[in-house]
Amino acid sequence: MSVRTLTIDGVDVAIAADQTILQAARSAGIPIPTLCHLDGVSEVAACRLCLVEITGMQKLVPACVTRVAEGMEVQTQTPKLQDYRRMVVELLFSEGNHVCAICVANGNCDLQDAAIEVGMDHTRFPYQFPDRPVDISHPQFGMDHNRCILCTRCVRVCDEIEGAHVWDVAQRGANCYIVSGMNQPWGAVSACTSCGKCVDACPTGAIFRKGETTGEKERDRAKLNFLVTAREKKEWTR
Amino acid sequence: MDVSELQSMAKQERDRQKPHRILCCTAAGCLSSGAAKVKARLEEEVNIAGLTQAAEVCSVGCLRFCGHGPLVAVVPDGLLYEQVTPENALSIITALQGKATEAILTDPHHPFLTHQMPIVLENSGKINPERIEEYIAVGGYQSLHQALLEMTPADVVTEISRSGLRGRGGGGYPTGLKWATVAKMPTGQKYVVCNADEGDPGAFMDRSVLESDPHRVLEGMAIAGYAIGAHHGFIYVRAEYPLAIQHLQTAIHQAKHYGLLGSQIFDSPFDFKIDIRIGAGAFVCGEETALIHSIEGGRGTPRPRPPYPAEAGLWQCPTLINNVETFANIVPIIRQGADWYASIGTEKSKGTKVFALTGKVNHAGLIEVPMGTTVRQIVEVMGGGVPDGGTVKSVQTGGPSGGCIPAAELDTPVDYESLLKLGTMMGSGGMIVMDDQTNMVQIAQFYMDFCRSESCGKCIPCRAGTVQLHQLLSKFVNREATLADLEHLEALCHMVQNTSLCGLGISAPNPVLSTLRYFRQEYLDLIDQGQKSLHQPRVELGR
Repeated sequence: MSVRTLTIDGVDVAIAADQTILQAARSAGIPIPTLCHLDGVSEVAACRLCLVEITGMQKLVPACVTRVAEGMEVQTQTPKLQDYRRMVVELLFSEGNHVCAICVANGNCDLQDAAIEVGMDHTRFPYQFPDRPVDISHPQFGMDHNRCILCTRCVRVCDEIEGAHVWDVAQRGANCYIVSGMNQPWGAVSACTSCGKCVDACPTGAIFRKGETTGEKERDRAKLNFLVTAREKKEWTR
Repeated sequence: MDVSELQSMAKQERDRQKPHRILCCTAAGCLSSGAAKVKARLEEEVNIAGLTQAAEVCSVGCLRFCGHGPLVAVVPDGLLYEQVTPENALSIITALQGKATEAILTDPHHPFLTHQMPIVLENSGKINPERIEEYIAVGGYQSLHQALLEMTPADVVTEISRSGLRGRGGGGYPTGLKWATVAKMPTGQKYVVCNADEGDPGAFMDRSVLESDPHRVLEGMAIAGYAIGAHHGFIYVRAEYPLAIQHLQTAIHQAKHYGLLGSQIFDSPFDFKIDIRIGAGAFVCGEETALIHSIEGGRGTPRPRPPYPAEAGLWQCPTLINNVETFANIVPIIRQGADWYASIGTEKSKGTKVFALTGKVNHAGLIEVPMGTTVRQIVEVMGGGVPDGGTVKSVQTGGPSGGCIPAAELDTPVDYESLLKLGTMMGSGGMIVMDDQTNMVQIAQFYMDFCRSESCGKCIPCRAGTVQLHQLLSKFVNREATLADLEHLEALCHMVQNTSLCGLGISAPNPVLSTLRYFRQEYLDLIDQGQKSLHQPRVELGR
């Protein structure tokens, strides 16, 4: 296994050549905010929170999909990056209907965490107040599109880990929404195995267990990683 | 088929052609202004006049002067009639016998026509795009023969590199370098893709090429396939171009019939087939990674690069993606050599560029000019300036990804670098002239509206940022904006530009940044008017 050495925010890091900047930063304990990234599923580089600067490159690059290279100098917290990250989170809050006070994920929400991490306490953009539905047709789970940030984690866990591909994205631009089955109510999708991985993967309170009330959503993220690495690690129980 | 058969087919076709050929443009522009009726009437009149031995009426592709259609040309007499109606048909026929005509004749020395240098459009308006025989009669498929039997794949790549041809889709990436990259990938399944998803508002260059001379694109793609070691090509064409699709289908069918596509072309070991894929109406599918997803049958969304398609494209195989106009340049380069091609244009931008000249201009239509021609020459000399004595305020190039060239910079030569320096881009070739009545903030708002509705929704800056940018611009247009909004607008433009995933988002703020650069005062005026009219009834803006 070949190794690459690089610096991230001035810290020397040595890591396997096939790893990404995000993995290198995490191994060195350097925080880079993410939202669409989820351990165990493929990367889409869509949320743009993990953009970093690399000396000698004009463009900002997403840390989650950029492989490390020898001698690379990475900056993760320049004022420009901090500014852009705050704007990304502001755009997300203004785009959907995110009302923490009544949300099942309050206090246990990746979007909230991201807002705190990038220092966003209010949004400068006008709220769009989109008219979005709530789907509670599934016997165990519910989907509140108002809280969805279109990170597509649910789409990927369902397709790549469970193999059911219940979810996908419909429409385009601001009209995008997560669609279940052939644009059916979730409860009517026979492909759904009710495994609940999408609930564990969802960063916000968009996909939740019925019966949970404000601030009660809990996730078992470790389960996803356990499932993905079980064969490789030969660990069949946990 | 071998070369002697090709030549005999060409001779047969030339012998078949009647002494007078009445060429009716039946490309989309003229067709929409009634060319089909004109053509039917002309055929009727030729029959009535008993001239069937001396003259024939043919459908041809674009005759360029689109704003004055329907157009009819008569060869070898060298006449071009404009705004032809079915009623004019008889007098066009009698003019063949030397009588005066009532139809409107275009001045053959009109600068719109004389300043053109047709290379990509050399056959456009001269041959019937639905008959392969006519393409072969003007030397078609001989370049493919030359490439397959007289050149190695490496020779072809070298020739294209030496010609200095750059991608005509907008970016201007050196075509030879792209070909060389794909050619150097390990042998195995590779693909050639022709990007015909032309979607910029006001642009119709690629449509015209496909409608007028589809075989030229097929031949260019086959040569590319030979050069890079691919045996399968796709043309990704938008569904909004039904005539182009129809002509392509006919062309592929005919080329297959004569063995010019398929197995062992010209009895060489080279096989090449071409399939058409029709876009479902998404602008973002012009972006190469989204286009690849779309051909694969997935949702048309881009993915981060690298890996570039040259390395991992269609079904993860090395894929060469070029624009229609780029492929249309290949045949003349092989035929006439790289040195000839490199002698045209400027130092860094070689050859010619096709532009769709539209907007507030006297003569709208399709033009092909050498690189380095000034914008002023195109707009004022060829286009005849603004109608009704107005003045040019700005010229927009590059569509929603581009920007504006202000009147003061009209002497800029058209080449990739000069346009980038002005904050716009070559783009695929749309050129929209705007007069002094145009409100530039409204233009920026229009383009932002376009980007907002065409965003695929995958990345946040483009999906949510364009919505907010559009709302901010609307505030300006409605005279509700403040200086804080201006600051906000600029900050958000830079954020969307620097953080978006693909070219659509990265370039979406360009029309705003460009108008802010040259017409900032208009934004300030709107703020000012808004402040003053706070207590007055609102007035409608501009036109």
